[in-house]
Amino acid sequence: MYTHYKNVVKHIKDYYELYILVMPAVIIILLFNYIPMYGVQIAFREFDPSKGFIGGEFAGLKYFIKFINSFQFTDLIKNTFFLSFYSILAGFPVPIILALFINQIKKAKAKKFIQTVSYMPHFISVIVLVGMLSIFLSPSSGIVGHVYRSFGLDPINFMGATKYFRSIYVLSDIWQHSGWNSIIYIAALSAIDPTLYEAAEVDGANRWQKLIMIDIPSLVPTIIILLILNSGNIMNIGFEKVYLMQNSMNLPVSEVISTYVYKIGIMSNQISYASAIGLFNTMINFVFLVFVNFISKKTSDISLW
Amino acid sequence: MKQRNNDFVFSFLIILICIIIVVVVIYPVYFVFIASVSNPSSVANGNVWLYPKGFTLMGYKEIMKDSRIWVGYKNTLIYAIGGMLISMLFTMPAAYALSRKDFKARGFLMLFFTFTMFFNGGLIPTYLTVKNFHLDNTIWVMLIPFSVNVYNIIISRTFFQNNIPGELLEAAKLDGCSNIQFFVKVVLPLSKAILAVISLYYIVGYWNEYFKALMYLREDRLYPLQMVLRDILTRNQAYASGQLGSGASAEGSVQQKADLVKYGVIVVSTLPIIVIYPLIQKYFDKGVMIGSLKG
Repeated sequence: MYTHYKNVVKHIKDYYELYILVMPAVIIILLFNYIPMYGVQIAFREFDPSKGFIGGEFAGLKYFIKFINSFQFTDLIKNTFFLSFYSILAGFPVPIILALFINQIKKAKAKKFIQTVSYMPHFISVIVLVGMLSIFLSPSSGIVGHVYRSFGLDPINFMGATKYFRSIYVLSDIWQHSGWNSIIYIAALSAIDPTLYEAAEVDGANRWQKLIMIDIPSLVPTIIILLILNSGNIMNIGFEKVYLMQNSMNLPVSEVISTYVYKIGIMSNQISYASAIGLFNTMINFVFLVFVNFISKKTSDISLW
Repeated sequence: MKQRNNDFVFSFLIILICIIIVVVVIYPVYFVFIASVSNPSSVANGNVWLYPKGFTLMGYKEIMKDSRIWVGYKNTLIYAIGGMLISMLFTMPAAYALSRKDFKARGFLMLFFTFTMFFNGGLIPTYLTVKNFHLDNTIWVMLIPFSVNVYNIIISRTFFQNNIPGELLEAAKLDGCSNIQFFVKVVLPLSKAILAVISLYYIVGYWNEYFKALMYLREDRLYPLQMVLRDILTRNQAYASGQLGSGASAEGSVQQKADLVKYGVIVVSTLPIIVIYPLIQKYFDKGVMIGSLKG
């Protein structure tokens, strides 16, 4: 007992400074991440602004049932899922292909240049991106409208059409983030043992064969991990860009769960209902994450836990 | 012979794809720039493609006159620089403590941090928490509550683990150096690459931030540049008075002039970030990036 006490004293004496170093970050995370988690219970209560998180009367699953029975339910789930699924389906392979391609550039300067250029759009803000989209795609004065006219076609109001909303969202995302997202694959490729290539050359492999036989297989673990992480965010389609791209014409496909939560909770002040919708969304995400992780563990032995 | 032919075709394809990538990425940005200094009616009629036509600085003159943009710019500078400093002050010491394998609380604290990457209270409970602390509609909401990015802690922690040799700590301890002294005098000077990269991540994040402002700020005097841009770019309020009016002049219609202002504000707001990023880019080497991979 005494030696245990002495050990604790020694530990604190040796390490108290490390506790001081980590403490500010711990406090911030505790206050603004863990307290809100504790506050999730307002989804199960009648929120009363004067009483805070735990004061309101217990309401059970009332607001979850209200959401499931609401007429927007199917549309919201469908819009959120399709937009996200389309983003992953179309957006996920591009950074991989880009990384494989950049890795093929042999001249160091050219490689650096292509990397610098392809990362750049990542630094543009969402507002500027959506602003650029609406200027370029304007049917009357936009550059895309002029291209249509020069081919003798009638320009289309892309931003106002339900048909094009998802494609515009996904393609502009690919334009903006593919370069940045390729970094992690480029890092994985640069970690490949050069003797593998030498051995392949001795066997007479050309560049294409080396790409197929060495580069792609070495990316598989990274691809699977990122795929699992992405699927855990399948219903977390970013609020910011969707909200900015929304207009009254594309709303039937552009209203997703996060924008709806914002409108219900912040703009029309139905706090408990909005929290319940948000929590419902988090649970779907979690189920997806566990499911994809399980599949991956069974088939490839790679998993998050 | 066939082999060499094959590789030649391969090299040719690579050059071709390089050109396509550069054009696809650069052209929209380049177009915004040339359109911002061109005659607005030429732009609207589709006559501007490769270089400015009817050179004019009218758009930029309008921007200079607009006090909203200046207030927004000033606020964004405060949020970006102040926020970055606060974030670094919280992130780096924590990352270093967590990089120490002899630190017993490390396992628990890592779990404490990484848990928040997968689970959060959601939009509404977070909003209520910030409100309970009376941080809404103050500059502090932009600087304090979301200043710690766990992902950045993990990248920095991995960097410290891989780049600060254990022998260094042993030697410093023999010289009577305390943990905090070691962190400040030895670790930080050896970690310029990660400091540069993480500062850049934070600055870009703060510079482009609009969600927090949308959620928590209600007064124009506190709005960052991005909120002003939102009014101008997506709500078509190019002029502070809020009305576009009607009528046309030699330079084009009022709407065309409004578009000119839009091109201009994109340039004015995006330029600073695009300029500082290549300066830091040399640090994006595999050392930093692989760090994020291993987690």
